[in-house]
Amino acid sequence: MSWIVEFYRSSIGRKVVMAVSGLALFGFVLIHMVGNLKVYLGPEAFNHYAEGLRTIGDPLFGYGQLLWIARIGLLLAVVVHIHAAWKTTQVSRAARPAGYQLRRSVQQTYAERTMRWGGVIVLLFILYHLAHFTFGPDWAHPDFVPGDPYHNFVVGFQVWWVSAFYIVAQLCLGLHLKHGLWSLFQSLGITPDQDSGHGDWRRTFATSFALVIVLGNISFPLAVLAGVVQ
Amino acid sequence: MHLTLKIWRQSSPEDAGQLVTYEMPDVSEHMSFLEMLDVLNERLTEQGEDPVSFDHDCREGICGMCGLMINGSAHGPRAATTTCQLHMREFEDGETILIEPWRAEAFPVVKDLVVDRSSFDRIIQVGGYVSVNTGSAPDANALPIGKEVANRAMDAAACIGCGACVAQCPNGAAQLFTSAKIAHLALLPQGQPERQRRTQRMVEQMEQEAFGSCSNFRECEAVCPKEIDVGFIAMMNREYLRAKLS
Repeated sequence: MSWIVEFYRSSIGRKVVMAVSGLALFGFVLIHMVGNLKVYLGPEAFNHYAEGLRTIGDPLFGYGQLLWIARIGLLLAVVVHIHAAWKTTQVSRAARPAGYQLRRSVQQTYAERTMRWGGVIVLLFILYHLAHFTFGPDWAHPDFVPGDPYHNFVVGFQVWWVSAFYIVAQLCLGLHLKHGLWSLFQSLGITPDQDSGHGDWRRTFATSFALVIVLGNISFPLAVLAGVVQ
Repeated sequence: MHLTLKIWRQSSPEDAGQLVTYEMPDVSEHMSFLEMLDVLNERLTEQGEDPVSFDHDCREGICGMCGLMINGSAHGPRAATTTCQLHMREFEDGETILIEPWRAEAFPVVKDLVVDRSSFDRIIQVGGYVSVNTGSAPDANALPIGKEVANRAMDAAACIGCGACVAQCPNGAAQLFTSAKIAHLALLPQGQPERQRRTQRMVEQMEQEAFGSCSNFRECEAVCPKEIDVGFIAMMNREYLRAKLS
């Protein structure tokens, strides 16, 4: 175990942990978005899908067991991801206690400059999102019905400012992914072949998936507000 | 051209330091940045004032001694250029130029614009070399090395250790420097016997010095006067992972 601790103490090891946990979270976000597209197939298909998540792995796993394993894994990934980011920030702050009067970014992008605060906004969104559609207390959802996610979905997004917050949060997530999905390859030491002439496929990968996830997720509140899903 | 300089003056490492404004009414656009500072220093000396301390040596862009934060970017506005190779024609008449030293915990200010970069030396000392005595230069092509590999090794070996990467990095990280120093040896046959040990020791020394942590923001490669790219950082990460997992 000691080598893991030592590995995590090094800035390179920490970024590897951030990359792997980020990759797991990206995988979840992608599946989550694709799964939710079922809302366009109507209430039965959507509710059937939501219920189906609890029976994945049957008969090896009992009802909801695999779902809980996934939830615990995701929670672990979130905690590790945030701790690694927090530690990286601390180390970097300490590396320049006396700042510049002026420091200009040369090629750092908006997505890169907002990784930290954007990440915080995404975290706050996740907490709200869990209250909104999973736990459903009165302050978070006007009419939460356990076991009827389609109803919760439609009623939840009919509140325009809730939908607006979802859209803003998705844009933050998109920016976070745009840098993160490129950066994770860099942290894991995966580089394009210099001489293949195909450029940096990691950029294409990151931008495409960030776009796919943002567009997919934003479509849900918009579809409810436009009356397409009702 | 008439320029207004705002220069960081700090009499000793303990001094708090401050920006001091100097008017330069007669700067030639053909001067290099350091020549412009020479003129200022001559004037200050004549007036009996303390001249501005700054590092410099070869003044032809290959030694890595010079390095100033000019208007918020390391080595000034021109890409792939050391401070000594930057000319005043890059600036506008009447412009105010802000000049600061490299800022990093691992690069403490010695005086004015001079910083102590011996943290870089210590990274080299733990492994940035080949231990065996290889004698005089071998005959050309006696040791076959692919052209692509040779090119890549040369790209990394171009590092002059000026510290601009650390200075520009929002995190104050030294990944570009360390990775270049690891890569140019890891790519060549002479570097193979000590490859893993070298990577581990140099990375660990980098961690011990007060550098920050890389966030892949790529500011380092944008200001590197030798255009060393962040691909080497990925390579270092890969080398380090391999050394740790094997």
